[in-house]
Amino acid sequence: MLAAVLALTALAATFGLTLGYAAIRFKVEGDPLVDKIDALLPQTQCGQCGFPGCRPYAMAIAKGEADINQCPPGGEATIRALADLLDRDPKPLNPEHGQIKPKMVAVIDERRCIGCTLCIQACPVDAIVGAPKQMHTVVAQECTGCDLCVAPCPVDCIEMVPLQQSIRTWQWPYPEQKAVGSAT
Amino acid sequence: MSAVEPRNPRLWTFHGGVHPEQHKAESTQLPIQPATLPSRLILPLHQHIGEPAEPMVTKGDRVLKGQMIARASGYVSAPVHAPTSGTVVDIDDYPIPHPSGMSAPSIVIEPDGADTWIEHQGIERYQDLDPSVLRNHIREAGIVGLGGAGFPTSVKLNPGHIKSIDTLILNGAECEPYITCDDVLMRERADEIISGLKIVAHALQAKEAVIGIEDNKPAALEAMHKAVAGIDNMRVAQVPTIYPSGDSKLLAKILTGKEVPSNKLSLHIGLTCINVGTTYAVHRAVHYGEPLLTRIVTVTGGAVGRQCNVEALLGTPMSDLIAQCGGDPDRLASLIMGGPMMGFAVHRTDVPVIKTTNCILAAAKADLARSRPVMPCIRCGACVEACPVNLLPQQLYWFAKNREFDKVQKYDLFDCIECGCCSYVCPSNIPLVQYFRFAKGDIWVQEREKEKAGIARRRHEARLQRLAREKAEREARRQQKKSALDATAAADAGKERAQTQMQAAVERAEGRRAAAMEQAEKRRAGVDAGPGTDPERKHEA
Repeated sequence: MLAAVLALTALAATFGLTLGYAAIRFKVEGDPLVDKIDALLPQTQCGQCGFPGCRPYAMAIAKGEADINQCPPGGEATIRALADLLDRDPKPLNPEHGQIKPKMVAVIDERRCIGCTLCIQACPVDAIVGAPKQMHTVVAQECTGCDLCVAPCPVDCIEMVPLQQSIRTWQWPYPEQKAVGSAT
Repeated sequence: MSAVEPRNPRLWTFHGGVHPEQHKAESTQLPIQPATLPSRLILPLHQHIGEPAEPMVTKGDRVLKGQMIARASGYVSAPVHAPTSGTVVDIDDYPIPHPSGMSAPSIVIEPDGADTWIEHQGIERYQDLDPSVLRNHIREAGIVGLGGAGFPTSVKLNPGHIKSIDTLILNGAECEPYITCDDVLMRERADEIISGLKIVAHALQAKEAVIGIEDNKPAALEAMHKAVAGIDNMRVAQVPTIYPSGDSKLLAKILTGKEVPSNKLSLHIGLTCINVGTTYAVHRAVHYGEPLLTRIVTVTGGAVGRQCNVEALLGTPMSDLIAQCGGDPDRLASLIMGGPMMGFAVHRTDVPVIKTTNCILAAAKADLARSRPVMPCIRCGACVEACPVNLLPQQLYWFAKNREFDKVQKYDLFDCIECGCCSYVCPSNIPLVQYFRFAKGDIWVQEREKEKAGIARRRHEARLQRLAREKAEREARRQQKKSALDATAAADAGKERAQTQMQAAVERAEGRRAAAMEQAEKRRAGVDAGPGTDPERKHEA
C-alpha cells in the first residue's frame, strides 16, 4: 500500500516537474493564431473592417469578436484562406464593409497640393513624402490603395486610380474567359 | 556517313510524348533566304527573360549597324543592338509578340539603306581568355537562348559554385511541328555551330558535348556528323522523333539517362543544354565581334505561298516577312509565333520578330484543327499516359479549375513544361495547358501580393513604433518642462521665505529700536517727573 502511494507520488512529482519545466522552456510568446491570421490579411491597413488596421482585425477574429468576411481588399481569396485556417465555412463578403474593387493607387495632383501634410499623417504605411508648405507625392510602390488619404485632403487633390496592368503583371486568364479577354 | 552512324551512343527514353503531324517538309525546300530590308525596325527592350534593357539613344539619333542602343539592366538581362544603320525615329510603346497582345517600350529605327557597320572586332584566341571575360563578351553581344526561351546566354555560361559540367548538350532536336529553323541552320552552317559549341564548352570547362538531333532530319545529321568528325569529346546522337524531345530536360534524359530533380536545374546534375542557333550566334560574336542582329525564322503555314526559312533582322515586322514569302492576307486565319503545340497567337501582323521568334506560323483555315466543343473530363487518363514529365494532368486540371492552388502545388504543377501533350490527346478537348498556365500565373500573383503585404506590414509597424516613440518623447519633454517649472517655483518659494524672515528680522529690530527709544524717552520723562516712577509698571497700566 505504502509502496504504491510512494510510487504514484514519485511519478506525479516527476511528470509535474517535467511539465512545469516544459511550460517555461517552450513558452510561446504572443498569440500564434493572431500572427497566422495577420499573415493572411492584405495589410492594406484601410480600416474598412471596422478595426484600426489589419492586426487589430486579426486579434478580433482570434477572439471571436469579428467575422472573417469583413475585408474587401482581401476579397474572396482572403475569406477562403481564413476559412481554411480557422476551419469554418467560407461566406460571401459582408457588403457593409465595402465592395471588392480592383487594386488602386493614390495619385496626388501636385499642382493643386498646398502642402498641408494632412495626407501624410493619414497614410498608414508612410507612402507619402513631403514637408509643410512643400508639394507632397505618393510613393506608388509602397501605396496599399487604402483610400485613407483622400478624405483629409482639404483641396481634393488626391485621386485613386486603378493599377495599370503591364506585360510584366499580365497573367493567363481563366480558360473560359479567354475569348473575351484576348483583345486588350 | 554510314561509317559513323553505328556509333550512335546509347539512348534512354522518357515517359509519354506524342506524334503530331510534322509539316516540316514544306519549309525546308529552299535554302536560308536573306530578308529584305524593312522600312522600319521595331526593337522591344524586353526580348529575353529577366530585366528589360535600358535605352541608350534618344529620338533622332543616328545609329550604326551593331551599335548598342539599349544596355542590360541587372545581371539577368541582355542589351539590344541596332540591326542596321539608320535613325532612331521613336522610343515608345509598340505592340510586341506576347500572348497578352499588349504593347511594350520599343526603339524604332528607320534604316538608311547603307547598312554601315560600327567598328567591331572578334577575339583572336578565346582559349587564352578567362571564362568570365568570354562571358562578358557574349553578354555585350546581347545573345540569349534562341531556342525559344530567351534566357541570357552569359548567365547560362556561369555555372557559379558548381564547378564542373560533365556534359554539354547541344539541342538540335527541334521536335515541334512546322519549325525548321534549326534544321536548315545545321544543314548549311554546321561548322560555325560547332565552332560556337567549342567556345561554349571552353567557357563552361565542359568535359564533353553531345549533339542531339531527331532522326527526321537526315541532312542536318549528316552535316553535323561531318562537322564533329575528328573532335574527341564531341559526338552526334540521333534521337527518335517524338514530341517533346526538344525540351532541354527531356533531351538530357534521352542522351544521358539523368533526370533533373523537381525544382532543380540541369546544372545541378552537371548538365547544360544550349540551342544550335545560340552557339551559331556565339561563334559570330566571338570570332567576328558581331552582336546578335539577325536570326533564322521559319515562315510557314497555309497562308504563305513560299514557305521557307528567312534570316531576318530583329525588329522586322512579321507582316513584312509574310509578304516577302508570298503570304496571302485573305487566307490568313491565325498568326502564331512558335509552333502549334507551344506557340501563342499574336493579335496583329505588324508585331516585330524578336530574339525568341523561331517560327511564324501563318495558318490558313485548313491548318487549324476544327474547334471542337469542350466536354466534361471523363477521367480516361489519356493525359497521364502522354505527360512526358510524369505528372497527373487530370488531377491538376480539377484543382486548377477549382482554384485549389495549394493542391496544384502539391501535385507539382511547377514541373509542368507546358508542352501541350495532355491537351493534344484529350478526347474531351479540354484546354488543359491553359488551366495550368492560369494556375501558375495566379500563384505568382499571389506570391507577389504576399511579398507586398509583408512590406506594407513592416512599414505600418514601423510607423506605429515611430508614432509611439514620438509620443513618448513628447511626454518626456513635458515631464522635463514640468519638473523644471516646479524647481523654479520651489526656488521662488524659498526666496519668499527668506524675504519674510528678513522682513521679520527687520521688524523685530525695528520693534526693539522703537522700544529702546521709547524707554529712553520715558527715562527722560521719568527724570523729568521725578524718581519713583516705574516706566514699566506704567506701561502695564
